[in-house]
Amino acid sequence: MNIQFVEDGQVLTIKLKGELDHHGADQVRVLIDEKIKNNDYRKLVIDFKNLDFIDSSGIGFIIGRYKLIRKRKGLIEIVNANKKVRRILDMSGIGKIINIIGG
Amino acid sequence: MRNNYVYIKIPSLSVNESFARATVAAFCSSLNPTMNEISDIKTAVSEAVTNAVVHAYEDEIGEIEIQCRIKGQLVEIIVEDYGCGITDVEKAREPLFTTRPELERSGMGFSYMESFMDELIILSEKDVGTKIILRKKISEKKQKIIKEEINDEKEESED
Repeated sequence: MNIQFVEDGQVLTIKLKGELDHHGADQVRVLIDEKIKNNDYRKLVIDFKNLDFIDSSGIGFIIGRYKLIRKRKGLIEIVNANKKVRRILDMSGIGKIINIIGG
Repeated sequence: MRNNYVYIKIPSLSVNESFARATVAAFCSSLNPTMNEISDIKTAVSEAVTNAVVHAYEDEIGEIEIQCRIKGQLVEIIVEDYGCGITDVEKAREPLFTTRPELERSGMGFSYMESFMDELIILSEKDVGTKIILRKKISEKKQKIIKEEINDEKEESED
């Protein structure tokens, strides 16, 4: 799992590359949380353009970041999910609490 | 086609989750599945193997055995562990139920296995282990072309 951060003022974009499963989520969780805790972001954008796979562990990971950013009065958004990933996202129902754009 | 099978035995390391689903998907490719069918199998296997890694062998490394069989157009995948077992299988099947919320488990694992496969059987005994049986019929090629065309049309009209 590869991760790239792009900061634009109070917006943090996280570009994830690879497969967001239990193993992948464990690899990037601490890095992301440190960044959120040490800054004052209003919005977290998760870019799934280069994400090939997600399962329920990945959904758990997204909900975890959602809770963290909400505590800090921020928003979260998912962008560029491909068809396969979008299908899993839609089935999970997280679209009710998180904005999913494109894909 | 003759019946075909593969056995895989792996330690319950999280790094093996992707190996397991990719291997099973590759094995099933001889049936010429659609992208969606392959994606369904990958997700279901990932959920079953992750359950064994996270829940069956909580703080230890144990063994996970995966059997995959092809009988005609039917794929049968068995994921077995010798870990702690599931105390209440009915409860575990409920969407969003998890025993480990602190680990950010979404509780969607069995729901996904059920949705993506035609059949899900959970056999579990406390302190003995868990056996997950997943079955899915892969569509024949002729039906597939028609189906995918319909789906594409649907998606276009939805867009």
